[in-house]
Amino acid sequence: MITFDRVSKRYAEGHEALSEISVDIRQDEMVFLTGHSGAGKSTLLRLIMLIERPTRGQVIVDGVNLAKVGERGIPRHRRNIGVVFQNHQLLFDRNVFDNVALPLVIAGYEHREIGRRVRAALDKVGLLSKERALPVTLSGGEQQRVGIARAVVARPRILLADEPTGNLDPLLSAEIMQLFEAFSQVGVTVLIASHDLALISRLRHRILTLRNGRLVGAGS
Amino acid sequence: MSPAENKPRRDGASARRTRLRHLLQGWLAHHRLSAADSLARVLDHPFSSALTWLVLGIALALPAALTVALDNARALSDRWDSPAQLSLFLSGSVSADEAQALQAALRQREDIEQVVFVSRDAALAEFSALSGFADVLDTLERNPLPDVLLVTPLPGSDAVAALYAELKDDPRIAEVVLDMAWLERLNTLMQLSRRVVLALGSVLVAGVVLILGNTIRLAIESRREEIVVIKLVGGSNAFVRRPFLYTGLWYGVGGGAFAALLVAAALWFLGGPVTRLAELYQSNFRLGGLGIMGSLNLVLIGGLLGLAGAWLAVARHLRLIAPR
Repeated sequence: MITFDRVSKRYAEGHEALSEISVDIRQDEMVFLTGHSGAGKSTLLRLIMLIERPTRGQVIVDGVNLAKVGERGIPRHRRNIGVVFQNHQLLFDRNVFDNVALPLVIAGYEHREIGRRVRAALDKVGLLSKERALPVTLSGGEQQRVGIARAVVARPRILLADEPTGNLDPLLSAEIMQLFEAFSQVGVTVLIASHDLALISRLRHRILTLRNGRLVGAGS
Repeated sequence: MSPAENKPRRDGASARRTRLRHLLQGWLAHHRLSAADSLARVLDHPFSSALTWLVLGIALALPAALTVALDNARALSDRWDSPAQLSLFLSGSVSADEAQALQAALRQREDIEQVVFVSRDAALAEFSALSGFADVLDTLERNPLPDVLLVTPLPGSDAVAALYAELKDDPRIAEVVLDMAWLERLNTLMQLSRRVVLALGSVLVAGVVLILGNTIRLAIESRREEIVVIKLVGGSNAFVRRPFLYTGLWYGVGGGAFAALLVAAALWFLGGPVTRLAELYQSNFRLGGLGIMGSLNLVLIGGLLGLAGAWLAVARHLRLIAPR
């Protein structure tokens, strides 16, 4: 589902964030991406989302070579990927419902369908009762779950998460991970960047470890 | 092709049609949403929005008011256009018979409505009667006035000019006086004024676009984070642009409406005195306004300028905001 073929990313100032990364993630997989901060976890996710492009090598997502996706194709590409951000990236002047509905509004779903899907997603993350609440009134864990609901509401085939449990206590973190596992079980490809080794090693999924931009011990 | 092969294809086509219809509905829905949301945001800050409307209104009202003033001036000058007359002063050597013959010849022409012969004696009699210099004139040894033919051409200023050019060269005629010169000056002055209004209007219109561009730029800046999030979850540039274009439209429409109100208020303020002044000149002239169509046009122009300004700002600034 996601294939990296000898991908390198060198920034303009000369720093090489990723070197010769080759990895293959299958459709039904849930994979953790770990490494110290600055090892290239975020860069790898950004390449998949086309926030950045590789200096060398090819990234293939869902059968599409990303080098062939032009600037105009980027929005469509991103609509196929759900993303959960460490800092949530919620819109604080809109309520929970509107935040979760955003990807559906962008994709042009009709009103009734949006309502149905948003409530289904909120139900899945256990926030159905908070649909009219503003994000500021929610706790960190609840905000993260709103972010997850938004990531999955358009039923993407791929779910990316960048440090989704970064600011959460262990109990909440475990709950969030269970959510991701649930999505993985229904056929969504899940890739989670996290440095919380204690947490991810308890879960039995492949772990990719990045060190100074290189993949070490490719998968278990 | 067998029916079995045909069926799935038909289903595919109809599925595609359904998908297209859904996309269209979604697109329309987002336009509705953007329009309503932008309007709500504009109305959420009534004071600053009213200020923007007023600035745009004043900038649009100035050229609109000048145009209205010019229209009124033209309406006024049109009333003076028709009674153009040529006065043909005949040479001293032309006898009364020759003068009569010239009058008869001119009467035959199709571009002339009327020719009146005023003999030098009749002219002198009229002059002495009207001027009150009868005593002085009586002391003159001979009549200094020439015979005069007063020619009234058919309406249409082209004919007058052509006639003037032709008669000027006639040896029997000493001088042709055309009472049009001041009208031509007025017309030229009107043309000049139109140019001035056009130039001034262009500058103010450019000002409107720039003001709106700046307002929209500020709106974009204040929603920078939202734009980043929308782009992250797959919003296209058109999607991000839409609400800002509507914001520009609402500002422009409001500015146009304000301008129409300002012009109407100015006309109401001036209408009474102008009518009284016209009455003093025995004229039934009334100040003309923008009218409903003119006002709607002003609102439309405001809206278009709003869109243009927003487009300018959006094209420059939206591209620079991308997820980092």
